[in-house]
Amino acid sequence: MPFEEKVTWVSAGVFAIVPSAYFWVVLSQLAQAPAGEIAYQRPMLIAVGVSIALTIVGSIATGIGSGITAEIMKPGSGADIGRSDERDATINRRGELVGYYVSSVGVVGVMALTMMEYDYFWIANALYASFVVASLVAAAVKLVAYRSGF
Amino acid sequence: MVKPTRVTNRIRTLRFANGEMTQAELADKVGVTRQTVIAIEQGRYSPSLEMAFQIARVFGVALDEVFQYPGAPSPGHEGKAAR
Repeated sequence: MPFEEKVTWVSAGVFAIVPSAYFWVVLSQLAQAPAGEIAYQRPMLIAVGVSIALTIVGSIATGIGSGITAEIMKPGSGADIGRSDERDATINRRGELVGYYVSSVGVVGVMALTMMEYDYFWIANALYASFVVASLVAAAVKLVAYRSGF
Repeated sequence: MVKPTRVTNRIRTLRFANGEMTQAELADKVGVTRQTVIAIEQGRYSPSLEMAFQIARVFGVALDEVFQYPGAPSPGHEGKAAR
């Protein structure tokens, strides 16, 4: 498996788990309080920060793990760990482009919420959700491209 | 599995004709990942023109001895392009 594909799996995992935890924590409070009174800002910032940190740490750990595994399986074969080529770049572009379209649709939804003067809680969370969904879709497109070709 | 490209190639044959070169060795010579070589060999990825030339150069052959693009997908269309 190419290093870039492994990194895509890492980011897909992070963007599936961390935002899910965030939305579970924040949205479960809607039963006790109106949206305008829920302190979502701090959990959201923590979720974004943790997502970035976990993606970086996961990528580094993946690189180290891949190198060690390659050397154990076949000494000297770990030289190209981390190598990226035009196929990786093309797959990355394709995934990010599809993610951009998804994100754009999400932003239109956020614009609609803003025009209808919804609470900041809904606007901020819709924006975060569209970002998360776009990231997941981009990762899915990349993984499908790696697996099935294009 | 889906065959996303009509470009075919003889990379596997050429590797064996060149001292049983491994996919990893070819990848190192071209500067790509082994998975990209595998994807090209299996017809799951069409390389750029530049990479195609690099692969042909590794084997010391012309580009069309490595890659082919079969024409005339259905009977009755053969030779139309030449007219």
